[in-house]
Amino acid sequence: MSTATADQIEEVKVPKKEREPLFSKKNRELITDPLDDSNPITVQVLGICSALAVTTQVKPAFVMSICVIFVCAFANLIISLLRNGIPSRIRMIVQLVVIATLVTLVAEFLKAYQYSLSKELSVYIGLIITNCIVMGRLEAFAMANKPWPSLLDGIGNGIGYGAILIFVAVFREFLGSGSLFGFQIIPDWMYGIGYANNGIMLTPAAAMFLIGVFIWWQRARNQKLVDIS
Amino acid sequence: MLEALNIFIQSAFIENMVLAYFLGMCSFLAVSKTVKTAFGLGLAVIFVLAMTTPINWAIKNFFLNEGALAWINPAWADVDLNFLGLIIYIAVIASFVQLVEMIVERFFPALYTSLGIFLPLITVNCSILGGTLFMITKEYNFWQSIPYGLGSGFGFFLAIVALAAIREKLRYSAVPAPLRGLGIAFIITGLMGIAFMSFMGIKIS
Repeated sequence: MSTATADQIEEVKVPKKEREPLFSKKNRELITDPLDDSNPITVQVLGICSALAVTTQVKPAFVMSICVIFVCAFANLIISLLRNGIPSRIRMIVQLVVIATLVTLVAEFLKAYQYSLSKELSVYIGLIITNCIVMGRLEAFAMANKPWPSLLDGIGNGIGYGAILIFVAVFREFLGSGSLFGFQIIPDWMYGIGYANNGIMLTPAAAMFLIGVFIWWQRARNQKLVDIS
Repeated sequence: MLEALNIFIQSAFIENMVLAYFLGMCSFLAVSKTVKTAFGLGLAVIFVLAMTTPINWAIKNFFLNEGALAWINPAWADVDLNFLGLIIYIAVIASFVQLVEMIVERFFPALYTSLGIFLPLITVNCSILGGTLFMITKEYNFWQSIPYGLGSGFGFFLAIVALAAIREKLRYSAVPAPLRGLGIAFIITGLMGIAFMSFMGIKIS
C-alpha cells in the first residue's frame, strides 16, 4: 500500500510544478549551446551542404543565414505543435512538407523583393529543404519537446549555423576579393605595390580548409569535443 | 551520343556534385569511414539520382510549367504551377528512396544494417535535389537529363569511395588530436576539391 501512496504523491506533485519562466536558464542554453558546444556545422556535422557555396561573399552568406534561421525556427515550432498528431511512419514526409512550404515562402519572398540576390543564391535557397540542420533538429528536438523550447532551439541552431557561415565568408571575401559586404577594404595603392588577392579563397575548397581550421581551433580550446577514434 | 557522353563526363568530373559544388556533404562526411559502406551508399545515390532527374524533368515539363497542362485540357493553358516545384520534387525523391530502401533490405541485408539511418537520409542528401534543380537551371532537355543524373550520381560515388579509402589509411598517421576525425576530413575534402579542379576545361565534342 505504501508504494501506491507514494505514487499518488508523485502524481499530485507534477501539476503543482511551477511554470518555467520564458527565459529560464535552460531555455537560454537552447540558444547559446548551438553557438559553441553543439554547433550544428562543426560538431553535429549538419547543413554543410548548402553552406559552403554561398560564402564567397558576406552578403549572400548573411541573407542565407537569415533564411535558415527563419525556416529552422518556424519548422521547429510547427512540427512541435503537430508532434502528437503525426504518425511516426509518415513523419519524414510530414516534416518535408512543412519545410518545403516554408522554403517556398522564403524563395517567393526573395524573388519578389530581392530579385538579384535570389538569382545569386540560385538553387541554394531551394536546397534549404534538404539542409540537414532543419530536418535534424526536427527529428532530434521538435518531435519530443514543447513549442516554445523548440522555437528557441530552432533560432539557436540557425544562429549557430549563420555564425560559421559569416566567419567563413568574412575570411573568403577579405582575402579573396579584398572587400567586405562589397565595399573595398584593401586600398588601391596596396595592389600598386604588388599585393594580390588570394584566388584560392574564391574556390569552395577554401571553405573546407577554413572550417577544418575552425574545428581544430574549437576543439583545441574545448577538449571535450575531441574525437578519439 | 557524343553530347550525352560529354554531359556525363562534365557532371561526373568537372562539375562533381561533392567536390565542385560541395553538395551532399552530410552523408559524404558521415558514411565515409569505411570503403564498404561508402560503396553501398554510392550505388544507392547513383540509382536515385539517375531515376529522379529525368522523372522530375518530365513532371516539370508536363505538369508544372506555364501552359504545360494544355495537353490535358486546353482551358488550363495559362496555369502556372511552378511554385509547387520544390514540394513535388522532394516527394518524388522520397518515394524513390523508399523504393531503394525496400530493395536493399530485401536483397542486401548486410549492407542495410551497415548503412543504418543514412539510407533513409538519402532523401535529404542535397546532391539529389541539387541534381534536379541544376538540371532545371541548365535547361536540359529530356535526353540530356538522363546522362546528367547518371553522371552526377557517378561523381558522388567516386568522391565518397575515394574519401573513404583515404580515411582508412589515415588511421595510421599522427594527426594532431583536436584535428582528428571531422577536422582532417574537411581539409582532405578541400584538397580533393582542388585536385578535381584540374579537370576543368575538358570537353569531348
